[in-house]
Order: sequence, then C-alpha cells, then structure tokens
Amino acid sequence: MNVMATSNEEKTPKRKRSRKSTFPTFYLSLLTILTYVPIAVVVVYSFNESKISSVWDGFSLRWYKELFQDPAMFRALFISILLGVSSCLIAAVIATLAAIGFPKAKLPGSKLIEYLSSAPIIIPEIVLGMVFLVYFSLLKLPFGMTTLIIAHTSFCIPYIYMEVKARLIGLDESYYEAARDLGASSIRAFFDITLPLIMPAVISGMFLSFAMSFDDVIISVFVTGVNTDTLPIKVYTQLKTSTTPKINALCTLMLTVTVFCYVMSYVFSRIGKRNIKTQKEREHEEAIRKA
Amino acid sequence: MTNEALKLKKKSSRKRRENKRRATSALLVLPIYLFTIAFVVGPLIYMIILSFMTRAEVWGVERIFTLDNYKNIFSEVYFGTFKQSLKLAFISTLAVIVLGYPYGYYMARTSPSWQRRLMSMQMIPFWVNSLIRLYGWIIIFRANGLLDKLLMAIGLTKEPLKLLYTYPTVVVGMVYVLLPFMIYSVYGSAEKLDWSLVEASRDLGASPVKAFITVTFPLTLPGLLTGIVLTFIPSMGLFFIADILGGNKVVLVGNLIQEQLMKVHNWPFAAALSVVLMILTSVLIYIYRRVARVEKLMGDGANENKDKDKEKEMGRGV
Repeated sequence: MNVMATSNEEKTPKRKRSRKSTFPTFYLSLLTILTYVPIAVVVVYSFNESKISSVWDGFSLRWYKELFQDPAMFRALFISILLGVSSCLIAAVIATLAAIGFPKAKLPGSKLIEYLSSAPIIIPEIVLGMVFLVYFSLLKLPFGMTTLIIAHTSFCIPYIYMEVKARLIGLDESYYEAARDLGASSIRAFFDITLPLIMPAVISGMFLSFAMSFDDVIISVFVTGVNTDTLPIKVYTQLKTSTTPKINALCTLMLTVTVFCYVMSYVFSRIGKRNIKTQKEREHEEAIRKA
Repeated sequence: MTNEALKLKKKSSRKRRENKRRATSALLVLPIYLFTIAFVVGPLIYMIILSFMTRAEVWGVERIFTLDNYKNIFSEVYFGTFKQSLKLAFISTLAVIVLGYPYGYYMARTSPSWQRRLMSMQMIPFWVNSLIRLYGWIIIFRANGLLDKLLMAIGLTKEPLKLLYTYPTVVVGMVYVLLPFMIYSVYGSAEKLDWSLVEASRDLGASPVKAFITVTFPLTLPGLLTGIVLTFIPSMGLFFIADILGGNKVVLVGNLIQEQLMKVHNWPFAAALSVVLMILTSVLIYIYRRVARVEKLMGDGANENKDKDKEKEMGRGV
C-alpha cells in the first residue's frame, strides 16, 4: 500500500509535491504539539516554587516533599496499586483461559458470552458505574475493595482477552500438536508450548489493563467505599475544590506510572509479534520477488 | 504396520484427543461464563428491571411496576438537560470529526515509520489520565492563567477573559479527551485503504475533490462511524468534564445520572436514563455494523480482525 503511495508521489512533479505536503505536515505537527501542551503545563508547574500556579517563582521540589509527607496520598496510592494489580491478575486468568477455550469449546451461547464479556468496554462508563452501584447494593455487597475489584476486573478482561486472542490466531497449531504427538500430556504441552508463546500477549494486556484501572475515575466513584478512595478519585475531588501544586506533583507521578505501563505493554506486544511479523515480511518479500 | 495404518491410527488418536480437548475447553471457559453472567448480564438485566420500578418514599426501591421514570425523562426539567447534553454531544462530535478526520487521513499517508511515531505520540497522552490532561487546561484557561497572560502580553486583550467555567471550555475539554478515538478510527480505515483506487479515479479524470468524495470518503466511512460511536455517547456521560471545566453551568446526562444516584437517590430514574443511553449506543453500533458489513462484502474480510482489535484497543481510556 505505502510502497505504492510513495512510488506514485515520485511520479508527480516535485513542485506540486512540496506544495501538497506542507499543509499535512503543518497540521499533524500542530495538533500533536497541542495534545502535549496541557500535560507539559502540569509537569512544568509541579516544579514551581509558588503556590499560585500561574506565577513562576523558580524551580523547587517543595510540592513533591509535601506530597510524600501526606499519609492520605500514600493510602490512595496503595489502594490504587492493590486494586490495579488484583483486578488485572484475576482478569488475566479468566481472559487467558477463555481465549484458549472459546475456539474449541462448542458450548451453547459461547459466541454470545464472548460478545457480552467485552460489553464493559463498549457500554458508556457512566452506565457501567451506575449499573454496578445498584447491582452491588441489590446483592448487599459492602462497598469497598471487593466491589472495586469486581468492577475493574470486568473492564480488564476484554483488554487481555483481545491481546491473547489475537496472539493465538497468529500462532501455529502444529507446535502444540507436535508436542502431543511426541507424547506430552495436554497440561504439559500447554505449559511447555502454548503458555510461553502467548505470555508476551498476556503481559502486554495486563499492563494495558493495569493502566486503565490506575486511571479510572467514573466507575470507581460509584463503587468505592468510605475508606477506599483511589488516586484518581483523590485528584477528582481536589480538582473540584481547591488546587495546590501538590496536585501537579501527584499528577506528574501518576503520569510517570502510566507512561511506564504504556512502554512496557508496547515492548511486550512487540516481543510477541516479532515472529509473526518476520513471517509476514518474508511473504511480502517473496511477493515482491515474484512480481 | 504399514504407513497407511499408522496414519489412520494417528488420525483416530487426534480425533479422540479433539473430543477430550473440547471437554477441557468447556472447563477453561467456565470462569468467563460465570463472571460475565454474574457481573455483566446480571447487572444489565437488573438495570432494565429497575427502570420500571417505583422509588420508595424515603430510601430505596419498591417493586411496583411503573412507566413514570421514562415519562419523567420527557418532563420539562429533565428533557431540557437531555437536549442540552445532546446538543453538546453533537457539537463536540462535529468538532472531533473536523479535527480528527484530517489527522487520521494525513497520518495514514505518511511513511510507515512516521505512522508508527505519530501513533505512539498520540497513544501516550491518550493513556494519561484524562483528569491530569484536563487539569492542564484549567491552568491554561483560568482567570489570569497562562492564556490570559499570553494574550495580554501580546496586547490582544486588556483584562482576563474568564474562560474557565464557560460552555466553550467544556467543548474544548470534550474534544480534547475524545479526539484520539476519532484519530485511531479514521487512521485504521485510511491505513488499509487501497490508494491505487484513488489513483485510478484520478487517472480516469476525476478531480482531487471528486476522487475524495467518491472513493476515499466512502472507504473511510466505517472508521469515521467507529469514531462517532466512540465519541458521541461518551460525550453525554463524561460528567467530570462538565464538573471541572464547566462549574455548575453545563449539565450533562452523566451529571444527571450521578446526581440521581448519589444525591437524590432516585435510582429507578437513573436506571431509566442509563437505559436510554444504552439504546442510543446500540442504535449507533447497529448503524456502524450495517456500514461495516457493506465494506466487508466489498472484499475486506481479511482485515476485519485487525480492525476489531484496533477498535477495541481504543475502546476505553477516557
């Protein structure tokens, strides 16, 4: 596709091409920069000495110090991490088993269940939050960590499921069959062959869903208990009332965690895709040679 | 044993194994069956039932069938909010299309390495908590904030504009948070577009505009529609944007649901509002599926999975 596009561009006269390509470049850069402006502003002002965020009083780590001396913040951080880790671990088990099982299990309604299990990321968050709130009170579940974990697990499952499913589709069935033909039990073949091959996808999906859980406000607001405010809930309530640069410092830290998760998810999905990709590239090269 | 017999034996053992595997597979999917039925299907069914129940005098719900909750939506006060929210969703979605469509389109036309780079550059802010990004806008828009300072320094304005807590600021916040969804969707469609079709129409004498309208646009329409599905409904529910950037001036359906749940404790009404939002979502998804199916019939089935993954990858994050 792209090969074609570039070769076609080469055919057109140079003058025309340069005039044509200025606007897209300008537009892409402008919008990309604008995307980063608010984030940059938050980060820069977290190092501001002044209490008023529109006055620059020089570089300082004062707000980070204050942040680290705030036990409530640490509690919120602890809750956020505990919540993210437990829901993405539970989701990883459920989703990975399902991704392996669904293609083979010809159970009634398996297509429907597969579709419904991804509903939590299609349903508007506000509806999901509302639904969980009323449903949990119907079940008389005490609001707190349990309800938070159930709610977060529900939207972590689809992310991991999709990653693993995509990986399984690209996987060569014959490795597993070979292991079985050579006498390995199905459990052994799974742990020795299938699991190592899909592990990068599982980990990539887990980082992705951890980041989603770590960032969630809307659903958490509805299902949280008295003593289980997560970091985003803390940020939300503070933004509604008063803002000190302490929030900037908190936001900058959260941002670091998120970017880290993103990079890790990306790295692991690359590891997983590398083999498939080279195969594709080989095919592509062959096609070119034939042509 | 002859070769033939060996093959046959292998085949039958595979078949037996296949049956056994089917049984184990049933066990493997058991957790997702249980979880989905208990915590996805159950809650959704309860939401629908609840929306037909009566609110109790003091606290809670009474099991008396009523249609009042739905009638209530059309009462003057709430319908006004609904219309206002729809209008804001409409404006935001339109702005997101105008800004996001060209971005996704141009992005798909850059070289593959730049496509990857732009993708990650858009991905990172998308992953960052929307509260953090909105907070950036607060610092920029607040009275005597960065924008005011800048404009006064240039001499365009003489006094603070007091932009925070106004309608346009809420629109900016919405557009900012929802734009990535549109960009990915349009990019997803434009990236797998066969540009030789566009070239063919140009060679046959179509003007660039005509080639775009008759070839490029219809082929990227599914992406555009995905983008609309992913922006329109959420923009009615993102109550925290209206809260933080709009003060109390802008009220969305999302704010209404939150208020009914947490403050007024009229749960059946909140459930009815949610049902309406769900119906709107389903209608949009239905339209999208119809269009996507047409595209698939045109011979794009191979890309369907890829498309679905992308679509889901961006499914959330707001």
